[in-house]
Amino acid sequence: MREMLQVLDIQQLTMDFGGLRAIDGVDLEVRQGEIVALIGPNGAGKTTFFNCVTGVYEPTGGRMTVRPPGKNVAVRLNRLKPNIITEHGLARTFQNIRLFQNMTVLENVMVARHCRTRSGILGAIFKNAGNRREEQEIVDFSYGLLEKVGLQMHVNDLARELPYGAQRRLEIARALATEPFLLLLDEPAAGMNPRETSELDALITRIRDDEGVSILLIEHDMKLVMSISQRIYVMDYGRLIAQGTPKEIAENPNVIKAYLGETFDA
Amino acid sequence: MKAQSLPFIRRAASEIFQSLLVSCWFMFLTFPIMVIKVNPLERTIDWQWMRLVWIGLAVFPLSFVWRWLMKRKEHGGGQDGEDSWQKRLGEKIRADRKIYTALLAILAVFVAAFPFMFSSYQTQIMISALMYVMLGLGLNIVVGLAGLLDLGYVAFYAVGAYSYALLNHHFGLGFWPALPLGAGLAAVCGILLGFPVLRLRGDYLAIVTLGFGEIIRLVLENWNAFSFGPSGIAGISRPWFFGADLSLGQHTVFLYFIVLILVGFTILVVNRLRNSRIGRAWIALREDEVACQAMGIDKTRTKLTAFALGATWAGFVGCVFAAKTTFINPASFTFMESAIILSIVVLGGMGSIIGVIVGAMVLILLPEYLRAFSEYRMLVFGASMVLIMVFRPQGIIVGVRQHYRFGRKESTEEQGERDAASA
Repeated sequence: MREMLQVLDIQQLTMDFGGLRAIDGVDLEVRQGEIVALIGPNGAGKTTFFNCVTGVYEPTGGRMTVRPPGKNVAVRLNRLKPNIITEHGLARTFQNIRLFQNMTVLENVMVARHCRTRSGILGAIFKNAGNRREEQEIVDFSYGLLEKVGLQMHVNDLARELPYGAQRRLEIARALATEPFLLLLDEPAAGMNPRETSELDALITRIRDDEGVSILLIEHDMKLVMSISQRIYVMDYGRLIAQGTPKEIAENPNVIKAYLGETFDA
Repeated sequence: MKAQSLPFIRRAASEIFQSLLVSCWFMFLTFPIMVIKVNPLERTIDWQWMRLVWIGLAVFPLSFVWRWLMKRKEHGGGQDGEDSWQKRLGEKIRADRKIYTALLAILAVFVAAFPFMFSSYQTQIMISALMYVMLGLGLNIVVGLAGLLDLGYVAFYAVGAYSYALLNHHFGLGFWPALPLGAGLAAVCGILLGFPVLRLRGDYLAIVTLGFGEIIRLVLENWNAFSFGPSGIAGISRPWFFGADLSLGQHTVFLYFIVLILVGFTILVVNRLRNSRIGRAWIALREDEVACQAMGIDKTRTKLTAFALGATWAGFVGCVFAAKTTFINPASFTFMESAIILSIVVLGGMGSIIGVIVGAMVLILLPEYLRAFSEYRMLVFGASMVLIMVFRPQGIIVGVRQHYRFGRKESTEEQGERDAASA
């Protein structure tokens, strides 16, 4: 019953921007080893939801808790800074790719080792044995991740020179470098062609299986969502309108209504 | 035949017409300052029409050159070629250890022999150029690496200089103990400035730091009891050299070597920092603040370390400056200094160590050697700055990121692929 352990628990999450309620009382949970999708029409509040969970926004209401697997603690995420949340084991990618454009591919991943390494200014200046060892570990670890996402031939290229699909994969590798137990992917397949999407499908599943990372993803590509996720949450206008297995969601009248925009009067 | 040459003639005519327009425009613009000369004694106006003709004649061909350069830049062909040429040279030098060490050795010998080959005056100029190299490299941490636009960098320079001057004046402290103290105090000031500006970026940060620089200068100018106001502090001791009584010339040589060693130390430190955990965090912060934080980097700490380390170097140079001139007053720490240091970083190439060194040499030595042109030197200086920024906005030398080799792994990778292909 390892699968049943909860790693992320969101209760009644609410986010107001002035008078606008972008998220309205959303409950969501991710269990260990699960791939969960969050879908919904444009402007439904999905990315805002991610931004609340990762500390970019401070939600106006609700409880957000993570339970790192293997540690018998629950960490409340409300009011934590983004970097602390990452340290607790949540990592994310961005909808509009936010790589460090003028750094090399390898360095992009190396940056993300920051919170798992220690060496400081003096270590960098004097390059003592410990610092050199740590630096080598960073390089090796990062290279290993790039091999995993299939970017090892690009290590020394600048991130901005990569093709689009490769940039998305680099974002995933960078997020993995923080050693998360929960990975939040914001539209990882956006702008990818069908072949790249199916590769991504395999990659996400592999990450879950090999690294034991649970995954929560926002995605518009229904084929991808339906094929890899165990459970799906559907948002519309800031509210959760449905949740369930892919099959249940595909048949849910509310979801169909939200997507096709039929207007019934009850 | 005629039909073919017609478009060419038409194009040439339009080019000439454009240049004519440009030169007329320049003649009109410069008319008040170049043509009208008031003779205050006889209360008459001398009309120097010939000058107008010269301007017209000079601008006419120059406008062709300008348009040609602009076209070349737009096509990007020339620039790319230049870049790849530079890249190839750089790679060649880096790849071939022999050439690299030979070049380095020649440079080291030249630099070490410099004060004995040239006059004391030349050495003095070189000392100030090297000081600006250090200032540039220090500011490069803040602006080039961490991407925090700091227009008040001179404040830390002033803190360093006044630390040494005041410690020397009141307690008779020598140069050597004052050097780390001055740098430390500047670092503390860097952190003090860092705290309130943590939330700011870009233009807002620039304005606040500009204000900070002016505040320090105004305090030094007006707090007579503390800093002796505009009259400054005189009679600051020169650096101690094993108790030897050095002549002025010998002091200059000694100071030259002090600065040289400090520059070497700075290059070493900045180079190591750039490719370290902290350095990567700075660059990540510059590239994308949100992503940087999402990758687990503490924005606050990273910004503060950048400010503190940048300020440390200004503090070092401040101490050296006070020891060099033996007299300081607030007039040495105006906004103009900050602007020059920033220009060194931007012109030389942000984030590039060699770029900053070249930038400092150009910006400090050029006005010195242009003294022959007396009143035109600032004009030439300004024009060359504009030209560099128009045609090479990324700076004279572009910073290159460290490359990592995975010889063993890559070769096994290739091996695997080859095996798979042959199978």
